[in-house]
Amino acid sequence: MSNPMLSEIRRDHIMNLLADGKRIDGRGTSDLRSITFETGLVESADGSARVKIGKTDVIAGVKIVPGTPFPDTPDSGVLTTGAELIPMAHATFESGPPGEDAIELARVVDRGIRESKMVDVSKLCVTPGEKVWMCFIDIYAYDYDGNLFDAANLAAVLALRTAVVPGEQYGLGENTPLPVTCTPISVTAAKIGNTLILDPNFDEEQISCSRLTVTTDDEGNFRAMQKGGKGSITLDELRQCLDMAVEKGREIRAIIG
Amino acid sequence: MSGQTDMVLVDDNGIRIDGRTADQHRPIKIEAGVLSNADGSAYVEIGKNKVLAAVYGPRECHPRHLQNPSKAIIQCKYNMEAFSVSDRKRPGPDRRSVEISKITAEALEKVVLTELYPRASIDVYIEIMQANAGTRCAGLTAASVALADAGIPMRDIIPAIAAGKADGHVLLDLNKEEDNYGEADVPMAIIPSTDEIVLLQMDGNMTREEFDRAVSMGVAACHEVYELQKDALKRRYTAKEKEDDSDE
Repeated sequence: MSNPMLSEIRRDHIMNLLADGKRIDGRGTSDLRSITFETGLVESADGSARVKIGKTDVIAGVKIVPGTPFPDTPDSGVLTTGAELIPMAHATFESGPPGEDAIELARVVDRGIRESKMVDVSKLCVTPGEKVWMCFIDIYAYDYDGNLFDAANLAAVLALRTAVVPGEQYGLGENTPLPVTCTPISVTAAKIGNTLILDPNFDEEQISCSRLTVTTDDEGNFRAMQKGGKGSITLDELRQCLDMAVEKGREIRAIIG
Repeated sequence: MSGQTDMVLVDDNGIRIDGRTADQHRPIKIEAGVLSNADGSAYVEIGKNKVLAAVYGPRECHPRHLQNPSKAIIQCKYNMEAFSVSDRKRPGPDRRSVEISKITAEALEKVVLTELYPRASIDVYIEIMQANAGTRCAGLTAASVALADAGIPMRDIIPAIAAGKADGHVLLDLNKEEDNYGEADVPMAIIPSTDEIVLLQMDGNMTREEFDRAVSMGVAACHEVYELQKDALKRRYTAKEKEDDSDE
């Protein structure tokens, strides 16, 4: 937890505030920062969305191209999620192939989308066993101020919801909206000392010992989870996280419509 | 979680295809100290999973920029051997193994007294010889025993197991078929003395009630695995004591 990016005095300040249930940016422990988004901003992509949660800024782009199906799912489309934490977004991010943080981020976002069956891959088959649509979701962080998981999830989900299968471009029929069935929303809690907070900013993430991301579907059922960080969470904290994921998931769905 | 089958995974009597009831784990075998070069090692079988874990360290940390002046770092490499699954797996790390390595190291970090070894590295290697659903839990279970076998001071030993859902039933320790054709998987690991969770993942589809059941089943089973881990260490060190006695 010793981190050169955060001074001892600021760390103590955050901890002292939290002891009174307050946060450094004036939020309560379970308040989210403001969420803004823009979709369809990249014309060369088949779907795109840029999401800001507070100062965290993330873009997701979807490219949909014809390809060969996997042998075990000959009549299903293919879904792939990647993420890059590029040096532009923070002084601690390095260029080069995705590291373990980027890989975990992409896989957790992927899990929520895949397990909620948001994209109906059965409708992405062109010729069974030969040709299917392959849907690539690529996520880039532009500005990192904590909670990349929820920002990346939201950007990917919004990009998919506005994505178009480019049939005309490949001589494979008309352009049609990408078939989506639901809106998986992730809610990430961080544990600082013995306090749980939602939507941690950068400083809060630096001093948190563990995090739990919980992804729910439209019905409030659980589709994906990931505990991260070097600390632990108690069974009681787990219950709180589940309750908050359902409640805040509903709030976020209302924001994005 | 994605496959489709007509196979009945849980019959009308609540019995699973391998004869278990919902809250039974597969047969578990744990052995400590199975390798000679490593500072600590363990072999774990959970059903058809066969897993080896080895620990080197605390030793000098390479690469040096990863050194932490106030404590040791734990570096974990989870590796599926090419012949461990039905189709040959391409050797080398993939995204899945990078993620599993990361969460395994993070889970261990909470119990190892890393502050005793500034600038050092404790390296944990997990090799999956044979995979049959639940390898990350088997790997972490083995890694904890290997760390203890290496004599590294720890607050506790971590047991891990998965719960999940198949055919609409919440089940403990899914086998390959249940994992492939089932509806959810919840791998978890706890610190037995406090029941704190140090590893938790979930994929699939579960209601709150189902998830709560899966967690309580998993926690109860973790305590059983814990007993087997301690047992393996005791066997190892009573055997060692006898060896040492006969040397004199």
